[in-house]
Amino acid sequence: MENRIQLVAIIAAGVLLFGVLELVRQRKLLERYALGWMCAAVLLLILAIWNGALTSIANLVGIATPSNALFFVAVGAIILLLLHFSVAVSRLQDQTKILAQRLALVEERMKPLESAAPATTDEEQPLATIRR
Amino acid sequence: MNQGRSCLAVVPSYNEAATVGRVVRDLQQHRPDVDVLVVDDGSTDQTSEVASLAGATVVRLPYNIGIGGAVQTGFVYALEHGYDRMVQVDGDGQHDPKQLAVLEDAMAADPSLDMVCGSRFLSNDLRYPAPISRRTGIHIFAFLLSRIVRQAVSDPTSGFRLYNRRAIALFARDYPHDYPEVEAVLMLHHHRLKMREVPVRMFTRGGGRSSIGSGKSAYYMIKVLLALFVGLARRRPVVEAGEPAPVAAPHSL
Repeated sequence: MENRIQLVAIIAAGVLLFGVLELVRQRKLLERYALGWMCAAVLLLILAIWNGALTSIANLVGIATPSNALFFVAVGAIILLLLHFSVAVSRLQDQTKILAQRLALVEERMKPLESAAPATTDEEQPLATIRR
Repeated sequence: MNQGRSCLAVVPSYNEAATVGRVVRDLQQHRPDVDVLVVDDGSTDQTSEVASLAGATVVRLPYNIGIGGAVQTGFVYALEHGYDRMVQVDGDGQHDPKQLAVLEDAMAADPSLDMVCGSRFLSNDLRYPAPISRRTGIHIFAFLLSRIVRQAVSDPTSGFRLYNRRAIALFARDYPHDYPEVEAVLMLHHHRLKMREVPVRMFTRGGGRSSIGSGKSAYYMIKVLLALFVGLARRRPVVEAGEPAPVAAPHSL
């Protein structure tokens, strides 16, 4: 029973690691955000393979079955990653806000320039030739 | 629009008010034929004002997007304004505008070169004064890159570089994010563009702080190493004309 969950954990962590690398290779994931996932995957892989470390973590925290310690570490890693991405999303939202403000200010600055310029648009040229 | 035979100097600057004015004035004094563009990467000090007063064209980014994005802004500007050459000069006064001629001579001597890079480590007359941690990182990158691109690269982090139109067009389309110089060498190699290094002298930083502190160095190193090795596994590491855009909307969930 222990062996089977160990095998599943190793395969799952391996697939995660490979999937993250593949996403970076396809340029769908920036290295900046891949590193956290890779750290988590490597950590889980190590714990899945190295039973001794898992058992000592289980003893330290007071978990009866070592396999549950693996879930404990995995949940911890996920919480850290989610927090990391919340921070990243907050930064992106701040940046989008600044971009929207800059764009609105630029548009406002453009308005007097557009009305000051004489209205010789390209659309009027063909009309004039038809009339003539 | 500039009709041919022109050169643009791009000076990426982040909080370099203390030095960027001197860099711009030096460039204009020694090379009046070169247009100077300062890309202010969301500085919180007087960088933009100082650069404008010194007589440079200033593009001010609305917030800090990092050195890669700032330099790429310069590539896009150079491409859109039809410059034949672009030289990248750091805003901290490390690079000597007088040495621009060294880069230009190398490109004139071999017209097949797409990029000429000034290297601190090729000249035998000086020991570049940098912290040992930084130097170790540079040498690790140099070692790896030299083997990957099968050409001796001694100073892959040097930002003193001269590009021709092909290199400008490539990097305007796609340029790496952090420590972009290292990955840029790999990109040139994958696109079969030619580069060469020439020995130049560089000064120690004139003021301000490096964008890469010693604490962050290790983090950046790991990130660039990851980018290098994943880049190796890419068959076509960046988009060619007609390929999907580097940042594309997904077609499905």
